Amino acid sequence: MFKMVDVKKISEVEWEIPKTGKMLVPGKIFASAKLMEKIKQDKSLEQVQNVAMLPGILKASIVMPDAHQGYGFPIGGVAAFDIDKGVISPGGVGYDINCSVRLLRTNLKLENIQGKKKEIVHSLFRTIPSGVGRGGKLKLGKDELNQVLKHGTQWAVKKGYGVKEDYECTEEQGCLKNANPDDLSERAKSRGMGQVGSLGAGNHFLELQIVDEIFNERVAKIFGLEKGMITIMIHCGSRGLGHQVASDYIREMENKYGIRELPDRELVNAPIKSELGKKYLSAMACAANFAFANKQIITHWIRQDLNHYFPSIKIDVVYDVCHNIAKFEKHIIDSKEKQVLVMRKGATRSFGPGRKEIPEVYRKIGQPVLIPGSMGTASYVLVGTKKAEEVSFGSTAHGAGRVESRTSARKRLKGENIKKQLEKKGIYIEAGSWRGLSEEAPSAYKDVDEVVRVSHEAGIGNLVAKLRPVGVVKG
Amino acid sequence: MRYKFLKHTADIKFQAFGKSLEEVFESAAYALANIISKDKIKNRIKEEVSMQIKGADKERLLCDFLEEFLFLFETKGFLLSSIKKLNIEEKSGAYFLKGDVFGDKADDYELDNHVKAITYNEMFVKQVGDKFICQVVVDV
Repeated sequence: MFKMVDVKKISEVEWEIPKTGKMLVPGKIFASAKLMEKIKQDKSLEQVQNVAMLPGILKASIVMPDAHQGYGFPIGGVAAFDIDKGVISPGGVGYDINCSVRLLRTNLKLENIQGKKKEIVHSLFRTIPSGVGRGGKLKLGKDELNQVLKHGTQWAVKKGYGVKEDYECTEEQGCLKNANPDDLSERAKSRGMGQVGSLGAGNHFLELQIVDEIFNERVAKIFGLEKGMITIMIHCGSRGLGHQVASDYIREMENKYGIRELPDRELVNAPIKSELGKKYLSAMACAANFAFANKQIITHWIRQDLNHYFPSIKIDVVYDVCHNIAKFEKHIIDSKEKQVLVMRKGATRSFGPGRKEIPEVYRKIGQPVLIPGSMGTASYVLVGTKKAEEVSFGSTAHGAGRVESRTSARKRLKGENIKKQLEKKGIYIEAGSWRGLSEEAPSAYKDVDEVVRVSHEAGIGNLVAKLRPVGVVKG
Repeated sequence: MRYKFLKHTADIKFQAFGKSLEEVFESAAYALANIISKDKIKNRIKEEVSMQIKGADKERLLCDFLEEFLFLFETKGFLLSSIKKLNIEEKSGAYFLKGDVFGDKADDYELDNHVKAITYNEMFVKQVGDKFICQVVVDV
């Protein structure tokens, strides 16, 4: 049932799909031979080819080492478009708009939390709403929700849910501009209304971690990370609000532009400069801001909660990165700097030193790149590179990427057993659903160690630190 | 068999069956409810909802019909228990669905998956002989 796709090996970590048929540019895959075997097992490569057929695509249709089959774009897909001739596709951003990761550093060490770990995880589990269909504790009115959609993290900080430094260390300062809440349907808003400040379910999580290994002392120091430090990672997105924005605009673009010429219905698109294209980008920005605010409120609750246990605790934001987003950025095209639209669908921005988009504290060395592992496996902090800007529109991987279907993981594994196995490794977990837990088992994912190794070797995101989980809250 | 699940790396894929277009849509709605909760949903009527949906083609109609359940779930905690009646008509190239559905309160069940969206990925609705089949991939 899968189309065989011709792949040419370029190096140990890079492959090419030559331009054929209706492809306007070649495909480029960052992967080792080992990861390539897994990637070939689903429709990822066919989806890379489909993306290469979209009008105005520049240089290559790219996919990261954690690639797996998505809808429209593959997960791990990156593509840049000419602003005049190019298109914007909701399928290039995904349903979970601004599904993203924030890393917090603390002044705690493992010995501070030993003996209290279960209690702390339990308390976080109770404090931060998570799980299927669970809304937040915050009930916002329509006007207030509009402010969230316009101002993101900056709204939350203004409301007392954090400090200026929090949004300064967030991609786009936690607020995508040109976000007009009028471009969202009432349906999208009503799905979001009760969900501000909630984790959600699926692969979203909150993790207590320890900095286990440092690969680059100099950069780690600037990121404020040192061996033995306790960090906290938050992985969540724009919840039902973002999902509805994607569905709404897929429908509107179908109505306006039709689906006949498309290689895949999910790649429905609108010209970037069209009225509808602009409206989608505005609605997407609103959903992204919702996700930014969401993590800021969760951060605030974590601070409040841990303050009960450690009155002198200090919790700072290391960085906060987007995984599913489209953004206007400057890149070198045909030896000239040019403004283009970059879509990252399950990929992380990985800008090197000097870019003005990077917070001043990190600007000299490149941005922090946060790569969450799957539940119970390590997560990584990388640093963005100039090379990434040259070869992948400043992008690298975003996580482990699935290899096993949820139904098969569920049949094979029991949630309670996974909990026990993790506890043996010193990882305490609280989850909303044991049955759901089996679907997120570590063995259902690609090897995150291999994913970051490829990123490092390809030079599109270099290793800085390894974070090992000690406590997990899952929806 | 009203529906069966198929292999998919990251998301959930199913096929649903019926003797008519209405029946295949009903089966798909039950499959979706089963993805959200594996519990047996009691036939209690906590909420009754009337639907009216228009779609340019059968796939689009199915997508919008199923999405309605995601919306009801997230905004009202509605979990499908039974479908009272469902009627689909084709008029000048477009499809019109009218239906009344009953739901129970999601809070009373263990919930398994948060379905983010109904996707067009690998979606089809077709007639094979006197049977109808549809295939859907949902983003979880």
